[in-house]
Amino acid sequence: MTRVEVKKTYKLYVGGAFPRSESGRSYAVSDARGQFLANASLASRKDARDAVVAARKAQPGWAGATAYNRGQVLYRVAEVMESRRTQFVEETRAAEGVTPARAAALVDAAIDRWVWYAGWSDKYPQVLGGLNPVAGPFFDISLPEPTGVVAALAPQGSSLLGLVSVVAPIIVTGNTAVVLASRERPVPAITLAESLATSDVPGGVVNLLTGDPAEMAPWLASHRDVNAIDLTGVAGTAIDWAELERAAADNLKRVRRPRLSQDGPTEPDWSANLGLDRLTAFVETKTVWHPKGR
Amino acid sequence: MTTAAADATADATTAEVDANTDANATTDAAAIEHARALLGVSRLTNAALTRWLHGLPGVDQVGCEARAGALGTRSIKSASKAWAIDLAISMIDLTTLEGNDTPGKVRGLAAKALTPDPSDPTTPRPAAVCVYGDMVAIARNTLGDSGVRVAAVATAFPSGRASLAVKLADVADAVNAGADEIDMVIDRGAFLAGDYRTVFDQVVAVKRACGTARLKVIMETGELVTYDNVRRASWLCMLAGADFIKTSTGKISPAATLPVTLVMLEAVRDWRETTGTQIGVKPAGGIRTSKDAVKFLVAVNEVAGPDWLEPHWFRFGASSLLNDLLLQRQRLRIGAYSGADYIADDSPSTAY
Repeated sequence: MTRVEVKKTYKLYVGGAFPRSESGRSYAVSDARGQFLANASLASRKDARDAVVAARKAQPGWAGATAYNRGQVLYRVAEVMESRRTQFVEETRAAEGVTPARAAALVDAAIDRWVWYAGWSDKYPQVLGGLNPVAGPFFDISLPEPTGVVAALAPQGSSLLGLVSVVAPIIVTGNTAVVLASRERPVPAITLAESLATSDVPGGVVNLLTGDPAEMAPWLASHRDVNAIDLTGVAGTAIDWAELERAAADNLKRVRRPRLSQDGPTEPDWSANLGLDRLTAFVETKTVWHPKGR
Repeated sequence: MTTAAADATADATTAEVDANTDANATTDAAAIEHARALLGVSRLTNAALTRWLHGLPGVDQVGCEARAGALGTRSIKSASKAWAIDLAISMIDLTTLEGNDTPGKVRGLAAKALTPDPSDPTTPRPAAVCVYGDMVAIARNTLGDSGVRVAAVATAFPSGRASLAVKLADVADAVNAGADEIDMVIDRGAFLAGDYRTVFDQVVAVKRACGTARLKVIMETGELVTYDNVRRASWLCMLAGADFIKTSTGKISPAATLPVTLVMLEAVRDWRETTGTQIGVKPAGGIRTSKDAVKFLVAVNEVAGPDWLEPHWFRFGASSLLNDLLLQRQRLRIGAYSGADYIADDSPSTAY
């Protein structure tokens, strides 16, 4: 007797749960050779709205966790990804059309990136903040604080390593994220969401939507309850990112522009050492003046 | 218990001035006479009330919940939504009923009722501010003659477990302090024990103590358990002279569900067909989102009819609902999603 095939429903990841799109829509995802791969949820602006609500709710708790604890949680993501390594390699290979060896290298790099950012969780405050020398009887201390809710357009090309490289630096400092996955290559992102859900990351800290960034990004850019937006993922799309930046200006949203070359936005080289650039983009510096006696 | 004896008991416990007693007795006697005529009985006994209330058709629980569910699936387009949001705001009884209510918090809430959205002066005002009896004067002072009413909960809210004398004193206190509306609770214990006459008498007595203030009667449907009981309690309260029937105190879960409100809307519709008198409905507790509020408005229109689609006949008892309605209103106005930073904080922190 032949076994009935168990087919997977690819869903969104919002507030720690895996809902379908409220619109009920889905779209066909193909692998790099054009073969049908999966039907993914086609999220709508209302899903983006719900994701922002979930991210806002989760933000104070996540920012209030100790730096040490956030580092542990990020390291745990790496552990869980490691145990799903075979699945990630297969999906990355299918999505990006690379050789199995290359896919394995990309997955390893993605896992290592979690570990790298996990290590930074209790160290970046020393690098970005510190005691300021002032000419007066004061302790003057600057320290970085999370910006809040950050919307991110994940890269269209690098479906796993690029995605992790965008998400990890956002959340390590205590921000929460609403992430729009690559439109054509969402499957590794969905599996990443499943890894996050089983690795002590509180629900709502990362919310992952699959669908068309061109449809949802304007709503996130103009959303008044979003504090910052990362436009990395406009590279390789027809999205008018200047228009997004203009909409973001309405509530003084922090904007991280895409990397620009002569041909317009391009995707960075994700294998390179990223430095602290992405992490510092989404922190605010608070300075405290405290009087001191002799 | 005879009518006269019931009145004597009620009046004796209120310890009112003798001169008032006759007038009170007359008022109560008129209410009882009216009820007697409607029921077609010679004496308004528990048995008569039981026969009448248990003669009401039973509620089809599955059908009621299915209909409520179906009404909740209506797609509301933008223009209608804008209208519904404004209507819903104007129907809110902006409520704070906490043990830690401070004068500052009540003033803050009243100020919010006067100016719900400082960024848009065209925003309608809520219908009323609902507070505990001892806060009525403070709310009244802030609201003045703005047209926003002051509603007070009374009669040993939320449990209602006090003697009638205490309940009436509670009501009189709130009315004297300037309350336009009184939200009373029925004696659920008496109702569930089948002592309908006691429930009836208490509503009649409170109605009399209200004077010109409108009386909302809270049935606390979460404690009545069945839809049949909700229907019976609705009819009993309307028989006793309620101006409004209200679902819940907000202190018990479940509070205002759509099916329960559906049963009550049917009751007020049928009551008007029977007696010609229109009674208001107020769901309270658990309605937090604009989406929920719109579902209730759809139910009002479909079940009771458009006559009830105004603040005089339908209210929402809510505290956080207003904020969500304001967010949705801003979203329609500016074309972008809004956030809590753009809504006035009506609960200033008590920690300094």
